[in-house]
Amino acid sequence: MKRKFLALCAATAALMVGATAAQSATTLETVKARGKLICGVSLSTPGFAAADDKGRMQGFDADICRSIAAAVFGDPDKVDFVLTNINTRFQALQSGEIDVLSRQTTATFSREASLGIDFGPTVFYDGQGLLVPKSLGVASAKELTDAAICTLPGTTTSQNLTDFFRTVGGKFELVVFESPDENRAAFYSGRCEAISSDRSDLASIRAVANNPDDYVLLPETISKEPLAPAVRQNDSNWRDIVSWSVYMLMAAEEKGITQANVDEMVKSEDPEIQRMLGGADELGKMLGLDNKWGYNIVKGVGNYAEVFDRNLGEKTKLGMTRGPNTQWNAGGLLYAPPVR
Amino acid sequence: MLFLNDARFRAVFYQFLAISLVLLAAWAMYATASANLAKQDIATGFDFLSRQAGIAISESSIAYGPTDTVARAILVGLINTIKVSFLAALFGTIIGVLVGIGRMSTNPLLSRLMLAYVELLRNVPLLLYLFLWYFLIILVFPPVRQAIQLFPGFFLSNSGLAMPAVEWQSGFGLTFAALAFGVVAALVVRGVSQRRRIVSGKANAGWIFALALLVLPVLAVWASGAVSLSWSAPEAGRFRLTGGLQIRPEFVALLVGLMLNLSASVAEIVRAGIQAVSKGQWEAAQALGLPRSRTLRLVVLPQALRVIIPPLTNTYLTVFKNSSLAIAIGYPDLVMVSNTIMNQTGQAMETIAIFMGIYLGLSVAISLFMNWYNARVALKAR
Repeated sequence: MKRKFLALCAATAALMVGATAAQSATTLETVKARGKLICGVSLSTPGFAAADDKGRMQGFDADICRSIAAAVFGDPDKVDFVLTNINTRFQALQSGEIDVLSRQTTATFSREASLGIDFGPTVFYDGQGLLVPKSLGVASAKELTDAAICTLPGTTTSQNLTDFFRTVGGKFELVVFESPDENRAAFYSGRCEAISSDRSDLASIRAVANNPDDYVLLPETISKEPLAPAVRQNDSNWRDIVSWSVYMLMAAEEKGITQANVDEMVKSEDPEIQRMLGGADELGKMLGLDNKWGYNIVKGVGNYAEVFDRNLGEKTKLGMTRGPNTQWNAGGLLYAPPVR
Repeated sequence: MLFLNDARFRAVFYQFLAISLVLLAAWAMYATASANLAKQDIATGFDFLSRQAGIAISESSIAYGPTDTVARAILVGLINTIKVSFLAALFGTIIGVLVGIGRMSTNPLLSRLMLAYVELLRNVPLLLYLFLWYFLIILVFPPVRQAIQLFPGFFLSNSGLAMPAVEWQSGFGLTFAALAFGVVAALVVRGVSQRRRIVSGKANAGWIFALALLVLPVLAVWASGAVSLSWSAPEAGRFRLTGGLQIRPEFVALLVGLMLNLSASVAEIVRAGIQAVSKGQWEAAQALGLPRSRTLRLVVLPQALRVIIPPLTNTYLTVFKNSSLAIAIGYPDLVMVSNTIMNQTGQAMETIAIFMGIYLGLSVAISLFMNWYNARVALKAR
C-alpha cells in the first residue's frame, strides 16, 4: 500500500519534470505537418488586419502572413488568422499558439532581448504621432502641455508620450483605454484633446470618424516605430523564411515583378530574377522550401507596392502616402539584401 | 501492513502525505515554469520592480512621476483600487440599507419602486453598466472648454468635475494624528459613560466629555499655528482646467457602477435579515409602545445584523474584486497599471503573481475583519 503511494508520487514527479522537455520539432516542420500557417494579427484595424464583408481577413499585416504561407505551401490562403490582444500578443507567440506575429508590432531592444522572440525585417516604417480636432487650433505637439491624451494601454505609446513631454518640460493627462473602440469614442466626444498612436493607426482612426476633415494629424513624429513581424527565438531557419518572404516582396518591387507579369518574368534573362523566381540555382532548397517559393509569393500576393497600395495606399480609405516606405533607390528605406 | 490499521498513525500519515503531494505539485509547477522561461530566453526575477517606470498615471493619491520606480507605480494603482472600492462599499451600503428598508414599506409605490431598482441593477452585468455610466458622462456633458459652471468655481464637463480645494501646506500629519487620538479617546469615554448609565440608571454628561475630546485636540493643533492651508481654485488653462480638485469621469463611472451594483445586493441582504427577525419581536416592541421607526432601529436591526454580516462579507469581497473592471473604462487601478508594466517589461508571470498576491492578501484581510465583527455581534450564549 505504502509502496504504491510512493510509486505514485515518483511517477507524478517524473511526469511533471518530463513535461519540461519540450517538443524539439522546428517551426517549419510543425507548420508543414499541420498544413497551415497560424498567424497572429491585430483586432479590427482597418488597413492592417480587419475582416471584410465576406469574412476574409484583409490588410497589410494579413498579406505578410499570406506571403509566408505562399512561400511554405505555394498557396497564400493556407493561413489561419488568430486575433491577438495587445497585452497577450507576445505570450501567444512564446507559447506556440501562433507561428508568427504580424501585428503592427514595434521592434525594440528590450522586446528582442528579454521576451524570447526575434524580429524579422521592418515591413513598415512608422512613427508615433498625435491626432487633434481642427477646432483646437493647435499646430504643434509641443503646444499640448496640460492637455488630456487618449491612448491604448501597455504599448510603447504611453512611454513615448511621457518621454516627449519630459523633454518638452510639460505635463499631460494620460487616459488609457483597453479597447480601441472606447479609445476612439472618448476622443471623438472630446474627453481628450488628442489621441496618440502610430501614424498609420491614426490614419485609420481619422478614416472612420464621422467627418475625417474635422481632424488633423500634427507634424511631429515623436518616436521611431519600425513595425516588424516576430518569431520565437532560436529557430534560425524559420526566422530566415519569414525574413526572406518579406524581402522577396521588396525585391520584387525593385525588379518590377508584379502579380500580373510574374509569369512573363519567369522567362527573364536577368540572373537575379531567375534566382528569385526559381529559374536558376536552388535557393528555395536552402531554406527547406520549394524552389518556386519566390514565384509563389509574387503570384499569390504581389510585390510590396501592390500590397501597400491595396491596403493602405492613396486609393484606400486610409489614404497613406509611401513616405519612408519607398525603395532605397527612390530615397526610401526599403532595402532588400541581394538574392544570391 | 499492520501499522496502517492504527488510527493514530493513519491520521498523521495521510495528512503528511496530502501536504507533501501539494508541495510536490507546487514545486513541479514552479520548476517547469522557470525551466521553460529559461529555455525560451525570457527574463525572470523581480529586479524590474526597482527600475524606472517611465509611464504617466492620470490619477494618483501619492506623489508620483514617470521617473519613479515600477514598485511605486504599482502602489499608485493599488491605492486607486482601494480608494474606489472603499468609497463604493461605504456609499453602496448606506444606499442599500435604505433601499432594503424601503422595499418592505407598506406604501406600494415605494416598495415597487425599490423592487424595480434592485432587479434592474442586479440582473445586468456590471461591465455593461460601467460602459453605460461612462458613455453617459462623456457624451451628455460638454467638452471641458465649454464646461458648465454650476457655482462659482465648480465646473462640470465630460472631463469630470473641477472644484476649489484646500491644499495642506504643512501640518497634515499632525492634524490627522490629533483627530485619530480624539476619535479613540471619545469612543473610550462614551463606552465608560454608557456602562455607568446602565449600572446607575441615570443619565450622565459623558457625551459632553466625548465631544470635547473629539474636537479639542484638533483645535489645539490648529491654534498652535502648525497648520497652514492654501486655497486652490480651478482655472482655465489653454485646453483644460488646472488646479483645484478634479474628479475624473473614469473614477465617477466606476464608483457609481460599483456602488449601485453593491447597493442592490445589500438591499436584498438587509431585507432578508430583517424578515428573519420573528414577528413576535415587532409585536412585543409595539406592545411596549415603541413607534415603528424606533422598533426598527432598536429592536429589529440589531438582531438582523447577525444574519446580515456573513453575506455582506461576500458582497464586500465582490466589490473589491470587481473594481478590476476599471480597465474597461480607463481608470488606472492595480490591474491596469500592472498590465502596462507587464507589457513594457515582458515579465507576465511575476507581474500577475504580484497582483494576484495583493488581491488575495487584501481579500483575506477583509474576510478576517468581517469575521471578527461577526463574532462580536453574534448571539452570545448567556
